[in-house]
Amino acid sequence: MRTALVVLRKDLRLELRTWETLPAMVLFALVTFVIFHFGLNQNSIDGQLAAGVLTVTLLFAAMLGINRLFVAEREQGGFDAFLLAPVDRSAMLLAKATAMFLFLAGLEVIAVPAFGLFLLGPSLGPPLPGLILVLVLANLGLSVIGTLVSAIAVHTRARDLIGPMLGLPLLIPALIATARAAGPLLAAAHPAAAPPGRWLAILALYDLVFALLAYAVFDFLLED
Amino acid sequence: MSVVAEPPAIELRGLARYFGERTALRDVSVSLPAGATLAVLGRNGAGKSTLLRILASLLRPHAGDVVVFGEPLPRRAFAVRAKLGLLGHEPLLYRELTGRENLQYHAQLHRIDADRVEEVLRAVQMERRAADPVRLLSRGMVQRLAVARAVLHRPALLLLDEPRANLDPAASQLVEPLIGRQSGCTRVLTSHDPKAALAEADLVLALKDGRPAFVGEPAQFSDARLQELYA
Repeated sequence: MRTALVVLRKDLRLELRTWETLPAMVLFALVTFVIFHFGLNQNSIDGQLAAGVLTVTLLFAAMLGINRLFVAEREQGGFDAFLLAPVDRSAMLLAKATAMFLFLAGLEVIAVPAFGLFLLGPSLGPPLPGLILVLVLANLGLSVIGTLVSAIAVHTRARDLIGPMLGLPLLIPALIATARAAGPLLAAAHPAAAPPGRWLAILALYDLVFALLAYAVFDFLLED
Repeated sequence: MSVVAEPPAIELRGLARYFGERTALRDVSVSLPAGATLAVLGRNGAGKSTLLRILASLLRPHAGDVVVFGEPLPRRAFAVRAKLGLLGHEPLLYRELTGRENLQYHAQLHRIDADRVEEVLRAVQMERRAADPVRLLSRGMVQRLAVARAVLHRPALLLLDEPRANLDPAASQLVEPLIGRQSGCTRVLTSHDPKAALAEADLVLALKDGRPAFVGEPAQFSDARLQELYA
């Protein structure tokens, strides 16, 4: 845990110094909302369509962060430095997944209100607590799978291609569960007070399975 | 009274490593006593850096035995890592962090006291530029920081791949107590200057196309052999 905090602090410091990841994710999400606005030719959307637009936008914005997650380690010798230290390698997984989770939370702090302002028909206020719960569970899955995929992709020459090619299919179940859980919250007529428990449970189970899988294989991904 | 001989710091037996079809190292066997210096010589691509990365537990050998301080690698790498200091072609420093932040990061990974960071910064005379991001430093300064990073945790074995690259004579003298013979560490070093490496060595391993062309004392390694190695 202590080592993970050390790596996480270093990652956040690098991001605060360079602003290479979070602004790109936010900008991408905002531009995508504008594109959806014109592409759908609707002033406002609600229900399952709104949930789908929000989820897909966040997923694609997340891919930008996922692709950059290990770049500094690869290009500046961070992997070697970490591997030379007498530390548990899973600390790197924990640190990177937490960093990714924080990037996603930062993205959503800006992108979700923007979505509510520019695209969403119903007011964002009432469904917000339920939506936050859904997004937290979605972020957990995105962070763990994103870290796993990024650790694989960064060792390849075509990492910008390999990341989405591996990550997006793996994230389809999370995308479905997130959109289905958020859809009833964003309905214009008779919105649900809470997200459907079934989809929340699926999302939580999905997060757990991939967290265990990532923990089991991550050490091998750092090997030569 | 029985005398128990001290085990060698490094023991390689029939070491081999391949990159796809290419043989990087083959049939490398050498035994290095603790506190001694092994100079690894050979042309570019002879396998010197690969050997150092295997000793640092960053690469797996494909055949043979690698034993460092009595611990077989890579199986017991965890037990050896705290005793290794690697100074390779890459400084292993983040460009956007300052020199001090980089060393503090490494100190935290190795669970070293923060005072040691200031100590090594002073030793490489980088305390005045320690607050500058690494990307703003000259290559020589970065190399001095890399030396500080490699010795930060007081390793017993130094793996030095062209350790004086980018260092002017004064800086080279400056780092001598840290990575030179005076450090008292067991050392494995490669150098672009084979004569300088031979002068520092207790044992020589000459590699040609990944295979050992010579293993022995520097005195036995004639100029003719040297010329043949680099021909």
